[in-house]
Amino acid sequence: MTGTYAHAAGFYAGDRPRIVTSRFEYADSHTIERYLATDGYKGLRVALARPAADVHEEVKNATVLGRGGAGFPAGTKWGLMPAGNVPRYLVVNGDESEPGTYKDRLLMERDPHQLIEGCLIACYAAGLSRCFLYIRGEMATAQERVAEALNEAYAAGYVGRNILGSNFSVDIVLHWGAGAYVVGEETALIESLEGNRGMPRLKPPYFPAAIGLYGQPTIVNNVETLANLPWLARNGAEAYTAIGTKTSPGTRMVAVSGHVKRPGVYEIVNGTTTFRDLLYGEEFCQGIRNGNKLKAFVPGGGSAPWFLPDQLDLPFEASQVGPAGSMLGSGAIMVMDETTDIPHAALTLTRFYAHESCGKCTPCREGGTWLERILTRIVEGNGTDADLEQLIEVGTSICPGDFPHASSERLGLSAVPFPYKMTTICFVGPSAYAPVNSALTLFPEEFAARVTKRNRIPVTAVSGE
Amino acid sequence: MSRLTDANVAIANEIITRYPRPKSALIPLLHLSQEQNGWVTDDAMKHIAELVGVTPAEVLGTASFYEMFKFEPVGKYVINVCGTMSCALMGSEELLHHAEHRLGIKAGGTTSDGMFTIEHAECQAACTEAPCLQVNYRYRFRMTPAQLDALIDDLAAGNLAGEIPPHGTLARVRQHIPADRSVGAVPPETPGQEPVWMNGKAAL
Repeated sequence: MTGTYAHAAGFYAGDRPRIVTSRFEYADSHTIERYLATDGYKGLRVALARPAADVHEEVKNATVLGRGGAGFPAGTKWGLMPAGNVPRYLVVNGDESEPGTYKDRLLMERDPHQLIEGCLIACYAAGLSRCFLYIRGEMATAQERVAEALNEAYAAGYVGRNILGSNFSVDIVLHWGAGAYVVGEETALIESLEGNRGMPRLKPPYFPAAIGLYGQPTIVNNVETLANLPWLARNGAEAYTAIGTKTSPGTRMVAVSGHVKRPGVYEIVNGTTTFRDLLYGEEFCQGIRNGNKLKAFVPGGGSAPWFLPDQLDLPFEASQVGPAGSMLGSGAIMVMDETTDIPHAALTLTRFYAHESCGKCTPCREGGTWLERILTRIVEGNGTDADLEQLIEVGTSICPGDFPHASSERLGLSAVPFPYKMTTICFVGPSAYAPVNSALTLFPEEFAARVTKRNRIPVTAVSGE
Repeated sequence: MSRLTDANVAIANEIITRYPRPKSALIPLLHLSQEQNGWVTDDAMKHIAELVGVTPAEVLGTASFYEMFKFEPVGKYVINVCGTMSCALMGSEELLHHAEHRLGIKAGGTTSDGMFTIEHAECQAACTEAPCLQVNYRYRFRMTPAQLDALIDDLAAGNLAGEIPPHGTLARVRQHIPADRSVGAVPPETPGQEPVWMNGKAAL
């Protein structure tokens, strides 16, 4: 694959309804010519031909769940802004960096106009007067594609003053990050956009809709969430909710990586597709590599507690995955086959979160690093059984109480449902512990075999025998 | 010569006008200075502080939070080998070790000729194409040690100069907001009205 950009790899269309990836096969999918030839900016025209409140109502009726991780319905979020406080802002969260996830990058690289149109519809419906599109710093190609698309859209009169000759005016300002995972948290994103260190804000207020960018009401929406809006505006809430389930309508982009035969990004029907379909289905990943056995998988990005083969028949639906002990997060599955060394695999995630801690909350700043060091010691063969207790003690200081985990028939364990309690402002701290807890709980024997007893062998026996 | 050039000051001043408060332009301006010099110099941070109207310490305070800003010279090509789970499951640790041996430096180091820096990076959002790496934030997918050798040879020979700009340049396309199309930014404190299209009538 040397010499190719991301858009050439990783996406498989299949024979399924598609809402956000419908242009992905076209080599020129990122250009305004292709976009206009394939219903582009029609949703905007439909929206502008209706009062803004009606468009907002339509989005509410469609129950467009946020695709960034928390799954909060976009239409409801827009309704949380206090009346009469202007200006209000839209901040687009394109700072995708959850381990395992890369749907937003593809959406920005391959269909930037769809995202721009989604931003415009959101600004119109919710009465937002300026939009900031924050793209992760490391995504140079996405930045180029979105910049080109914005330049085209401004020139063609789709963005800026008096859009399509109407009284609707909004600027979209492209903004790049500079490398910080925690900025994906919406209040940290706002801090970063204000020119500060990207540290999450204290809560409450829980939603930037009340107090956000520059203290003003601010909507932060994920790229994929907004990319749904042009299709929704064209086809209506009824058509949208006809796909998927009642609680999770529409489709979702899911990235499946790790030890599968055909790792890739798939747009799936929300709520009904099972993990077994995704990992073993002919139209998806086609099974585990080399015909190996599945050992475990992470169902919803690096922060999610792990699942075992026991959970394969669960559908990709939040209302069922939560009680089973995990979450769907940002739509990323990472698959481990029987050859995987579990403590080492957990370390590759814990190291990520320890590295990405912003340092604001002590349990995360100290605890994450502590977890990483202990785990490294164990993986390198220098751990003791005291280290195993220490892992749990540090983890419990970040997340008091029972940490969510899956059930295991093999171990006779029943599930502890999601979510966890936490002593930190944001989810980075708990995320450092999630892989450790899953690995220790579901594969205790792999740790036991790895560590030595802490009792030292004495120089000589006291009895002299 | 590490303050911003006149041409870049013009770009910087235009970028500042896009934000309701000038400090928001800090990260874009730090990228601009890194594009000019390959890294973020003290003089550039002082200059940015003047342009934005904050202290140099505030500029450093923000800049030092973000991993992509470098405060000392790095290689012309910064190679980031991903080490997070999906890539690790597919052999990225071996790939990083191979890069270290090949270039004779440890992760975090720069070759003495100033050509290459290697870094152990965290998830780069190309997890199904593991193991992956980025050269100056341009992807290479499903890398093998042999492909990594070939990549280093190509970079050293200048064969990829057209595709991969020197470190500091991110997107090669800049957003232009035409003056006659721009709505413009006002400070959030400015007394304002509900947007005109929120009047209960269709805009079109």
